[in-house]
Amino acid sequence: MKICVLVKEVPDAAVEKRIDPSTGRMDRSGEKNLNPFDTHAIEAAMQLKEGGELEVDEVVAVTMGPDSALRALHKAVSLGADRSVHLSDEALAGSDVNGTGYALAQALATEAPDLVLLGQQSDDGECYTIGAVVADHLRAPSLTQVIKIDVEDGRLRCERQAEYGYDTVLVELPAVISVGDAINEPRYPSLKAIMGAKKKPLAKVAAGDVGIAPDRVGYDNARAHCGAFHDPPAKSAGQIIEDEDTNETVEKIVAWLDERKLI
Amino acid sequence: MTNILVYALHYEGAFNKNSLGAVSEAARLAAEIGGEAHALVLGSKAELTDELCGTLGTYGATTVHRAEGPEGLSQPVVDAMAKVISDGGHGYALFGGGLLGFEIGAGLVARLDAGVTMEVTAVNARDGKLVAERPILQDSSISDVEYRSSVGVIIGRLNAFEIVERGSGAAAVVDVDYELSEWSTKATMVQRGEQRGADVNIEDADILIAGGRGLGKAEGFEALEALAGSLGGAVAATRAVVDAGWYSYSAQIGQTGKTVAPKLYLAAGISGAIQHKVGMQSSENIVAINKDSNAPIFEFSDLGIVGDLNKIVPKLTEAVKAKKGS
Repeated sequence: MKICVLVKEVPDAAVEKRIDPSTGRMDRSGEKNLNPFDTHAIEAAMQLKEGGELEVDEVVAVTMGPDSALRALHKAVSLGADRSVHLSDEALAGSDVNGTGYALAQALATEAPDLVLLGQQSDDGECYTIGAVVADHLRAPSLTQVIKIDVEDGRLRCERQAEYGYDTVLVELPAVISVGDAINEPRYPSLKAIMGAKKKPLAKVAAGDVGIAPDRVGYDNARAHCGAFHDPPAKSAGQIIEDEDTNETVEKIVAWLDERKLI
Repeated sequence: MTNILVYALHYEGAFNKNSLGAVSEAARLAAEIGGEAHALVLGSKAELTDELCGTLGTYGATTVHRAEGPEGLSQPVVDAMAKVISDGGHGYALFGGGLLGFEIGAGLVARLDAGVTMEVTAVNARDGKLVAERPILQDSSISDVEYRSSVGVIIGRLNAFEIVERGSGAAAVVDVDYELSEWSTKATMVQRGEQRGADVNIEDADILIAGGRGLGKAEGFEALEALAGSLGGAVAATRAVVDAGWYSYSAQIGQTGKTVAPKLYLAAGISGAIQHKVGMQSSENIVAINKDSNAPIFEFSDLGIVGDLNKIVPKLTEAVKAKKGS
């Protein structure tokens, strides 16, 4: 059985994100981290592999992005993936959710995995939707924001929080599951794994290699077009206290609360 | 004429308030672009009575498409909505937010080759078309999104759309003749809506002390309970810590949790992600304690304290007690 894990490179949380005014797209030059939610997806794959209830032969990390996205794949491999696939093509640049989900599904279809795992959201785009788009293209059952996976008679027993409390859903394979960060504590890669990451097999594929129709991807074919950007209504900034002397800080908080008759 | 189809989520005989907001918004927008607002409901016919479905007319839906199918899962709804849209030529599918809305909307993107915008905070009609406003980059900018597809999918942010009773009569109820996709039958609900942890009432509290991941561990909530006790308030939590099992589900604020607007909201160890913000941003006074000075919560708090909550909270509890005793 094969598990594919979708991963993505995102800006470092400490780097200020911005829209490049000349292109209207997000400036991704400060990117260097594997999306934190994706590390939970890789860990979930590793736990399924090591748990032994499913016979997992390999875990494959898959990403779509420019050359720099290689770093996300190296990180994924250092965390346990056996090999990786890098879907990279100038034609894919600027794809919207529709195009990205379609392109990833095309790449995944070539791999024909029994299970696709991904993080429920990316740190930058916050779309939450890619998993369900990919699933429909792959004609597979899908569940997002899953926080517990157990194997039950070859199916996955998944738990997640939905609108009215916690739901438990049984999902048949092949399936597409996106996971939340409460699902596990990702392991730290060993030094040996980090050093060995670049030696694991990596396939670079172009759009044409996986049958991606050119008129469905890229900035010009986005079905949702981001037009004008404008500022949100201004909100006056609040008061900030840097805690140096805690007794003094607490005194200030109490005075602030007292002024507003909250004590 | 462009019609808008809204998914209306229901549970135990009542419609979700975000769905009612979405129906209200669709009715407002449909009037502007010369169409009608329709709703789609999915579940058992025994529960989805003509009467219950008809009540969506109060919020401006003219027709309610009723599909029979398994409740609480997104893919059957994708099948039913795709059928209704293909037959009826709707130009837009609108969702009030929440987990199912995101999943169904995403499924329609693939099924209908549609454009999608999520976390939408406002929708405007322009030249007979809808333009969605989507805040990006931690709400520091707003992007106007236009659709270049025959169907546009709009997924609202929680609480984005106001519920408006339009006083119109009952909506017509039409049964949907559709087939479940093969893959839609491969996920089955075992248990729905399980409540975890003690029952806590946070919606009526004037003062809420909320804790997030920054507490470090479940025991961190003890200090918050002491502070809440001293101020006469209750304790609330973020989804991350509820999912981690640190605190009770009924105390959860934000996306999929509760929406509150107390006189004082004190957030301890909460970064202030959008999913949390939507549940508490209407609070009268927001105080945040976080060791990360870049935490987004400082951008919408009235008083922000950059520091270690483990040091500050116990001392604050003592100081409040002393103040009250004086």
